[in-house]
Amino acid sequence: MSFSINNPEMMREIIMDNYQNPRNVAVVDDKNYITIHMDSASCIDDIYIQVLIKDGKVSDCKWHGKGCAISTASTSIMSEMILGKTIQEADKMMAEFNKMMAGEPYDEETLGEAICFANVNRQPSRITCANISWRGLKKAFDKEEKKDE
Amino acid sequence: MKILDPLKIRQDFPMYRHDSLFEGRPLVYLDNAATTFKPYSVIKEGDLYYEDITANAHRGDYSLAHEVDVAYEGARKEVADFINADVDEVCFTSGDSMGMNEIAYGLLPLLKTGDEILLTFAEHASNVLPWYQVAKLTGAVVKFIPLDKEGRVTIDNFKSVLSNKTKIVSLASVTNVLGFLLPVKELCALAHSVGAIYVADGAQSVPHHKTDVKDLDIDFLAFSGHKMLGPTGIGVMYGKKKLLEKMNPLFFGGEMNARFDSCGYVSLSDVPLKFEAGTQNISGAMGLGKACLYIQKIGFDAIEEHELKLKKMAVEGILSNGNATIYNQNCEGGIITFNIDKVFAQDAASYLGSKGVFVRSGQHCAKILPEFLNTQATLRASLYIYNTEDDVKALIEACKHAEDFLDVFFN
Repeated sequence: MSFSINNPEMMREIIMDNYQNPRNVAVVDDKNYITIHMDSASCIDDIYIQVLIKDGKVSDCKWHGKGCAISTASTSIMSEMILGKTIQEADKMMAEFNKMMAGEPYDEETLGEAICFANVNRQPSRITCANISWRGLKKAFDKEEKKDE
Repeated sequence: MKILDPLKIRQDFPMYRHDSLFEGRPLVYLDNAATTFKPYSVIKEGDLYYEDITANAHRGDYSLAHEVDVAYEGARKEVADFINADVDEVCFTSGDSMGMNEIAYGLLPLLKTGDEILLTFAEHASNVLPWYQVAKLTGAVVKFIPLDKEGRVTIDNFKSVLSNKTKIVSLASVTNVLGFLLPVKELCALAHSVGAIYVADGAQSVPHHKTDVKDLDIDFLAFSGHKMLGPTGIGVMYGKKKLLEKMNPLFFGGEMNARFDSCGYVSLSDVPLKFEAGTQNISGAMGLGKACLYIQKIGFDAIEEHELKLKKMAVEGILSNGNATIYNQNCEGGIITFNIDKVFAQDAASYLGSKGVFVRSGQHCAKILPEFLNTQATLRASLYIYNTEDDVKALIEACKHAEDFLDVFFN
């Protein structure tokens, strides 16, 4: 059976795999990267997201920090999804992800593996775990936009 | 000694009125270190102010206003008796944090560069951050008393940092993460031997253990109402009268002054009213008075025995599950701080929550403690008078398979 919202076993596996073997974890010391620090008083998540934007595209995305399974796996998956995408394309993914979190209809194809978080909103307090990296990415894009002003 | 019957106690608590069910399942509330449920007597007393005797306190010359004064000052007396203070040594606050800030800023004029304030790594933010601020403003230094391997403050460790430079010692009598009970009386006597002021943060101790400010000889004490069956938004700052008289209030405004003029002259009200600027949480104070009476009726011996019995049962059960680490096995109170091995605390708390077992995850506002415990975050189950053996069994059972924490999202 292929990966889809109807295959909960595979969704679980993707979360666990990205939690235990998170992708794109590194500390980048390069001023060309936009670095966003995401932490909050109400949870332990303490995550740094670093993106390199070239010619309107995400040419690299690295991250590091500490978080729960949901925030770790979601950040890992996002870091893979947005690689090589234009800001507009990544924005579209973010919008679809947010719709999924809000329980609204969303485009499965755009989200790919990230649909494994479709059920997170069963525990409303955990939505902030699943979208922490997307919120960070938005801040990074805002920063990039201001740079040009 | 009286034995406490939690099932009988539950009859006094509306949160348990639906056959102790929540969302159709047994209500297993184990987050009492965060806040507690309230008995009818507390709620009714708070409502009484709004329904029957609404007027401002200390301001009116009519009979209704007099009723309010009697109720408000009556509550102060109930609180004073509860901690064995004199009635004019009890100042109402919004809670523990406000009390700690009043104390820290009130003592600020005593501090100068190089003076030392002693805390521990296990303190709650309310007993760390006000001192950081006051240290920054005065050049005083915050120092930490080393904890022993288990996480306790020992007399020897205290002596190792206590010196003539020590001006203030401010310690939670029971810390909110590890739950160890401090030897307050001995620590306080030692602090006094070098001329230091002893401040007790009582947020976690006052609800669970007898606090006799005269016997302990502590100089200041702060605590919250909502952690001891009382309303939210009300708390207490106790101070020895001679210290309160010398201390400046943090807040200035209505009712705390006797008179002032355009030249800047201000004459303050007497203690404790000079620390109660503006209209107070009268309803909250009245409710807190009744919470004190409720706890006294049950008795601290019975409370301590009940919590310790349940805590031991929880520790044994969680350990025998074989998948957890407990950080405070030997603490004297009803706090169990632990982690399910290889499961991040927040994932575990969500999972336990999905089984109807409500515990806290995180750093519990003691954000420098992880440096000592070597873990990012923990789970914390905290007990009180209405918790039962069934609650503890539910906790143990829910922890058994917490490795399957993703079930929350898929089953």
